[in-house]
Amino acid sequence: MTPILQCKVLGKRYGAKEALSSVDLQLGRGRIVGLLGPNGSGKTTMIKLASGILTPTSGEILIDGKAPGIESKSLVSYLPERTYLADWMRVSDLLGFFGDFYQNFNQEKAKEMLERLDINPNDRLKTMSKGTKEKVQLILVMSREAGLYLLDEPIGGVDPAARDYILNTIITNYSENATVIISTHLIADVERVLDDVIFIASGKIVMTSSVDEIREEQGKSVDELFREVFKC
Amino acid sequence: MNWELKSDRPIYVQLIEQIQLRIVSGLYPAGSRLPAVRDMAAEASVNPNTMQKSLAELERSGLVYTQRTSGRFVTEDRAMIQSVKELLARDQLKEFFIKMGQIGFTREETITLVEQAREGEDRHDTDLAV
Repeated sequence: MTPILQCKVLGKRYGAKEALSSVDLQLGRGRIVGLLGPNGSGKTTMIKLASGILTPTSGEILIDGKAPGIESKSLVSYLPERTYLADWMRVSDLLGFFGDFYQNFNQEKAKEMLERLDINPNDRLKTMSKGTKEKVQLILVMSREAGLYLLDEPIGGVDPAARDYILNTIITNYSENATVIISTHLIADVERVLDDVIFIASGKIVMTSSVDEIREEQGKSVDELFREVFKC
Repeated sequence: MNWELKSDRPIYVQLIEQIQLRIVSGLYPAGSRLPAVRDMAAEASVNPNTMQKSLAELERSGLVYTQRTSGRFVTEDRAMIQSVKELLARDQLKEFFIKMGQIGFTREETITLVEQAREGEDRHDTDLAV
């Protein structure tokens, strides 16, 4: 089976600044992968390249064997770090919006999840707290029946209880053949839900491993290992 | 019973232990049907693949089995459950003796302490009864 995501000597530079350099990577299906690295290490650049928002400077990135484009966009469900949704919109508008944009958007599923969180479909985004807004966006993104979910800092701005809810939403809602990439530096919080981790630093991949391999071989958690590898 | 996971050992190994504990304690009774993998994973807040791996491991040991159409069940073999129970107890004891050793007690001293503690508790119980 073709890997869902493949990078071949992938590079991206912004002017003189090299954001990613010679990244080689292959991700299989049905995995939850943590893209972990300190601030400015290239996590967001990597995710934007996969979503097709940025184009590579060198090398290539393939989604299901194809370069990012119209076809890959129907496969990829992307949660950006910052919202792009207009804040005057009501939740019900957003459901229609996503329904219009994406064929694989499961409106029933989204409604069910919103209901469970007591989010009123008539509420406007701008009246919501930061945490609620993030939950709404995650629900929208996870309600698409996609092959690859790209979640850029999905738990950055929310309290620990909301974090648990978000992580549970992720593990209960991705389909068996889908892969989820979660970029974050809050490693202790996400560790339990990850299959694999990718450590990235200064635009290069430092290590790829499974979580249990790290614990087995090093006798420490991914969080502890991260603190060692990236000690300032 | 909460799912307790520590950070220094593989998650799937700890899940195996926790499921064993649920079986020997009767929370998942002999012959009963286990919840779906996804539900168990959500309850423990872990990755479904990891939960799957642990269950597959337990299946290999015979403690749980899969019926093709109707799901996954706890074994009906009570003798096997009993032996797992004893195994878990021995592990606990071993750990206990090691810790007592670190404090500075020999095995014999430890056993004496345990007996004293039990007598103390018995006395405490009768005190309460009176």
